[in-house]
Amino acid sequence: MENEGQEKESEIVTEVNLKEDFQASGVADILAELDNSLIGLTPVKTRIKETASLLLVDKAREKLGLVNESPTLHMSFSGNPGTGKTTVALKMANLLFRLGYVRKGHLVTVTRDDLVGQYIGHTAPKTKEVLKKAMGGVLFIDEAYYLYRPENERDYGQEAIEILLQVMENNRDDLVVILAGYKDKMDKFFESNPGFRSRIAHHIDFPDYSNNELLEIAEVMVASMNYHFNEESKKAMAEYIKIRKKQPHFANARSIRNAIDRARLRQANRVFNNSEGPIGASFLSQIEDIDIRQSRVFSGGIDK
Amino acid sequence: MRVTQGTFSFLPDFTDQQIHEQVQYCIDNGWAVSIEYTDDPHPRNTYWEMWGHPMFDNPDAAAVVYELNECRKVYGSYYIRIIAFDSSPGWESIRLSFIVNRPSEEPGFKLSRTEVKGRNIQYSITPYSSDKPQGSRYK
Repeated sequence: MENEGQEKESEIVTEVNLKEDFQASGVADILAELDNSLIGLTPVKTRIKETASLLLVDKAREKLGLVNESPTLHMSFSGNPGTGKTTVALKMANLLFRLGYVRKGHLVTVTRDDLVGQYIGHTAPKTKEVLKKAMGGVLFIDEAYYLYRPENERDYGQEAIEILLQVMENNRDDLVVILAGYKDKMDKFFESNPGFRSRIAHHIDFPDYSNNELLEIAEVMVASMNYHFNEESKKAMAEYIKIRKKQPHFANARSIRNAIDRARLRQANRVFNNSEGPIGASFLSQIEDIDIRQSRVFSGGIDK
Repeated sequence: MRVTQGTFSFLPDFTDQQIHEQVQYCIDNGWAVSIEYTDDPHPRNTYWEMWGHPMFDNPDAAAVVYELNECRKVYGSYYIRIIAFDSSPGWESIRLSFIVNRPSEEPGFKLSRTEVKGRNIQYSITPYSSDKPQGSRYK
């Protein structure tokens, strides 16, 4: 009996079944979810799939005793606002959890304000508190470049960066840090903080959405709120996207969300003013083109 | 003489990994975990010094182990314990308490007998180490 047990054990150690591991980890579900729930972002999806297979293979190699050091998982997401960085970070946290690289898989989202204190001695405890909260999961630092303010040499951001780097290096098994922000500012940030650059293994760029992708996103958003477009309002939305994209402060999917929220407001107003007698569910959830065309964007103004 | 206070005190000292697992059990039960230290091992010394606030919203035990190691850097020669508070009854009650760090040398306790009225005897114990002022008891 004892010998049999030993034989089985040695079998497990000399062979791994990647397909089985893949199925068991539930990574396939997440990748499929990523594909279905996010529109566009093909380069991002490809990168994530590559990363997932790398991590899966690494885990298998670890089982066979081929690697003894845990890989660096810290990442940087760069791209314009509203391109889905936070959403992908959330999925990434789940992915790393399923692969067994983080223990809890929760996402803690912070900005400069949560890390940097206002007076001497305030920064270190604040940063440590956040880091502790993120342990076992993923720390997502939005607009990370604001941590470093070279124009003010007494800025406490540097202190936060030092603690961050130290924990990123020493507690690699405990948490994964994802830095996010605009591409050009992130590049500058990494240039002036080489420590970060070398500690981050995965740089992922988020491209802007095309007009068609934005329209698709609009439809998904509307459907998720239990509203729907008709032919005319869809056309109006497409035109809205075309015009809005050329205006300043365009924030991709976030701008679309805001536009839809305002369209819902106008729709509610219209329904309320025009309703006489009982109305059905389809009337209540129909967004007409007038609801969209009333937007200031069409008359040359700016929707925020 | 080895001080045996709290849970697990008759077991060999825990490794960090074992501490991590115990703490994770506490966190998964929804208890707030806190680190405390003292250099007065008297059994009636209930309130030890707090190392930071109780950690209410850390989902992972790594944070506690991290803080414990920070505490060891400063008070490595003291008694350090981990306490788990349960607030579900409406007040904070201790569910689990165990020592995670102790001085390398524990001199033990002195038992003194005092004869009082009617030839009764009152017993009291004093840690030998508490003869010295606080802060210089363990090196």
